[in-house]
Amino acid sequence: MELHTLTAHELSRKLRAREISALELTEAVLAHIERVEPAIQAYITPTPELAREQAKQAQARIDQGDPSPLLGIPVALKDNMCTEGVKTTCGSQILHNFVPPYNATVYRKLQEAGAVLVGKTNLDEFAMGSSTENSGFFTSRNPHDTERVPGGSSGGSTAAVAAHETILALGSDTGGSIRQPASFCGVVGMKPTYGRVSRYGLVAYASSLDQIGPITKDVRDCALLMNAISGEDPNDSTCVQLPVPDFTDALVDDVKGMRLGVPKEFFAQGVQPEVVTSVRSAIDKLAAAGAEVMEVSLPTAEYGLPIYYILAPAEASSNLARYDGTRYGLREGFEEGHIRMMEKTRAKGFGNEVLQRVMIGTYALSAGYYDAFYLKAQQARTLLRRDFERAFEQCDALVCPTSPTPAFKIGELADDPLAMKLADVLTIPVNLAGLPGISVPCAPVNGLPVGLQIIAKPFDEATALRVAYAWEQMQG
Amino acid sequence: MKYIPSVGMEVHAQLLTNSKMFCGCPTHFGESPNTNVCPICLGLPGTLPVPNKRAIEHVIRTSLALNCTIAPTALFYRKNYFYPDLTKGYQISQYGEEHPIGTLGWLEIVVNGERKRIHIRRVHLEEDTGKLFHFVPGESEVDYNRCGMPLMEIVTDFPPDIHSGEEAKEYLVQLRAILTYLGVCDGKMEEGSLRCEPNISVAPEGSDTLGVKTELKNLNSFRSVVRGIDFEAQRQSEVLESGGRIAQETRGWNDEGFSFPMRSKEGEQDYRYFPEPDIVPVVIDEAWIESLRATLPELPLAKWERYQKEFGLSAYDSGVLTADYETARFFEACVTHKADPKSACNWITGELAAKLNADNKRIDQTPFTPAHVADLLSLIQNNTITSRIAKDVFAEAYQNGRMPSEIVQSQGLTQIADETALRSMAQKVIGENPDIVEKLRSGKEGVMGFLVGQVMKESKGRANPQRVQEILREEILT
Repeated sequence: MELHTLTAHELSRKLRAREISALELTEAVLAHIERVEPAIQAYITPTPELAREQAKQAQARIDQGDPSPLLGIPVALKDNMCTEGVKTTCGSQILHNFVPPYNATVYRKLQEAGAVLVGKTNLDEFAMGSSTENSGFFTSRNPHDTERVPGGSSGGSTAAVAAHETILALGSDTGGSIRQPASFCGVVGMKPTYGRVSRYGLVAYASSLDQIGPITKDVRDCALLMNAISGEDPNDSTCVQLPVPDFTDALVDDVKGMRLGVPKEFFAQGVQPEVVTSVRSAIDKLAAAGAEVMEVSLPTAEYGLPIYYILAPAEASSNLARYDGTRYGLREGFEEGHIRMMEKTRAKGFGNEVLQRVMIGTYALSAGYYDAFYLKAQQARTLLRRDFERAFEQCDALVCPTSPTPAFKIGELADDPLAMKLADVLTIPVNLAGLPGISVPCAPVNGLPVGLQIIAKPFDEATALRVAYAWEQMQG
Repeated sequence: MKYIPSVGMEVHAQLLTNSKMFCGCPTHFGESPNTNVCPICLGLPGTLPVPNKRAIEHVIRTSLALNCTIAPTALFYRKNYFYPDLTKGYQISQYGEEHPIGTLGWLEIVVNGERKRIHIRRVHLEEDTGKLFHFVPGESEVDYNRCGMPLMEIVTDFPPDIHSGEEAKEYLVQLRAILTYLGVCDGKMEEGSLRCEPNISVAPEGSDTLGVKTELKNLNSFRSVVRGIDFEAQRQSEVLESGGRIAQETRGWNDEGFSFPMRSKEGEQDYRYFPEPDIVPVVIDEAWIESLRATLPELPLAKWERYQKEFGLSAYDSGVLTADYETARFFEACVTHKADPKSACNWITGELAAKLNADNKRIDQTPFTPAHVADLLSLIQNNTITSRIAKDVFAEAYQNGRMPSEIVQSQGLTQIADETALRSMAQKVIGENPDIVEKLRSGKEGVMGFLVGQVMKESKGRANPQRVQEILREEILT
């Protein structure tokens, strides 16, 4: 039996029934990583020794009857989440040697749940990108076609899940960085509501947009992982003090009477016709299963991209200021005084995409430009949020494509930065409004996966999961 | 031409909290470098700031005491700049006209016997930075222990109400008193927990515009504030008088009596302020404000007036007693213990203050309490001991905390009331000093003091000097 191909909930049952041991499972996944990693390159830092250690501890807890559903389940973390004693690079040369002395809250929670860390996955540098081509180390491959990108920035995590190099993974999503690569790799990826999951220990890109979320093989695993990582955190004041439901309760395989809004703007902006067809057909099937489908409008959504590309770089320019060679990470030009040291360290340590965004952001925050750019973008963001609020007066969830195209070829968009950024045009508005969104696979186009995106009201991840689960069940 | 100085005051007060502004590190000083730090105050990748509620409350209470408007929503901003003592590449601070915790208030000072209102523009909260050390030329070392300590900034309004070094000092004395009364800052200027950076400009008398200002740093005592500001005003006046222009700059104060240029402020740095996305806006509702308002003590100026009215103390004595909260509290406790207010004041500002000063101790740091003061004063008042003995009793009680009456009892220090005993001591002294006695007889009154002193010595201080003199006079002159 190929253990690494199974889901967490299937494996959890086997572990509990003593059909397999946690170490056996971990070894199966580690062996598979050895086999396929040369072709996929999902991991920056695999952690086999730590995984075996954690698997043994998990087994001990299973033997004591501990009921945690994630006990002994292998998980991969995007390499922008801090892991004590394990290198955390953010895909950047500037942090090539950074070993955090503390754990991100999500990793602590996963440890408490008994999950097993198998490695830290590749990403676009500081999560800025849509393909992992901006990684400071290497480009990961799409398991469905290794000539193609896995999407990004959480491309390492989605490729690892799709290639069965882990059972579960976490990604982070600032403008679509979980959902878009999930769509490209044919897996499930959820961005929770802003404030649902603690960001403590997630290396910041754009603080008002960043959110950690699950990347899994099916919707049930997604709900299980959501259960494990959600909830307030005294270390993150933006993480909301709200009760966390059991998300598996939402998996009822029933959409009868649910009102699904179809935002017309999300089918227009250069969305590939085959992708529209695939997503429309999924929506039709949901309607056939009893959902009430209606067209809605988000008129400000077309400004999502420009709003995002002012606010995210502005926050990034500040968030990335700490990488100056003084305390940790890369240090260049030490002997030339602190100003030259900072300049040289940053010039050498950051890749072009990062440098570009830092410069754009610095400009947008500068005296004389702040009102015209940053402030205006914040105001437009408020309008966009209101668009969603109005849409949700009519419906329970929105359904649309996750990305306008399936995975593109490595290098295909290297000279077309605008086209690259358009890969996130359907996911960015969701981050700007702080809403939960999930991408689940629908009918492939030319053998390449396509994602159906379901967007719900703030803190109503359950509704997005319910629709996603019903759709998944329909496909059998 | 006569030039009028105008002074804006920017004061940084280190807040008395148990932990730092955005993390759980303790706030005490004197640890070896870079040990009182954690991932959060070191700004390690992925960490997030969580504001210290106590620090916010300190600023709200201060704002209330300074008659400020409290922002319904307080916002934190990021002040972006690169410097090795800054761990995140930005300092978390408050910014703008609407969102500091306190805005547009005032405090009153007394100059030449009259009250004067000094307007406050803003009271806000921020975090401190680390500290650079330059032990070897060309090399710097940095200590991040101070990083993230909570700081409150209090800025006076514009145009300035303060026009002299003396007024600036009075402002600072009042402000320091208020802060110590509220228990939000220990007010130690020498140690830097209260830092004052005035900006000074001068303009010709009658002019309705202000001159170019300079900012003055390194003022670490009330005295240096007065001297520094007066020097700077004089310097600027002389520059203008001789046809020169004032450079907008930051200057340092040297306690030898001059200021020197530190750095130019022409072409202000762009800090790219924007709202800190990692901290949700702090909502300050009426209930919270009222519950904090209820904790405000009687403020120094009110106490100062009351002491004069209620206890008949002089303006000066009232000022000394009320300048520091613990001293005022100590004094009031003495009165509660039925001590005579004037005598208590004399002891507190005299013997006790001298002793505390010599030992570098605060009034609440010795075993000598208000109960001791009251006890001691009653012993003097009912003639149980002489004031000479009282000083010894005080010295002992100050050391070991024994009650004065207990000390007097156990050591037999009560005043000698026995006339016969006194008279025999006087006779003994007369017998031993025939020359002196002769001088007195021939009208040299000046020698009386010596004879009294000898009898006092004989009595080990327990005789009443008044009575001794009377007895001597009787014995020698009649």
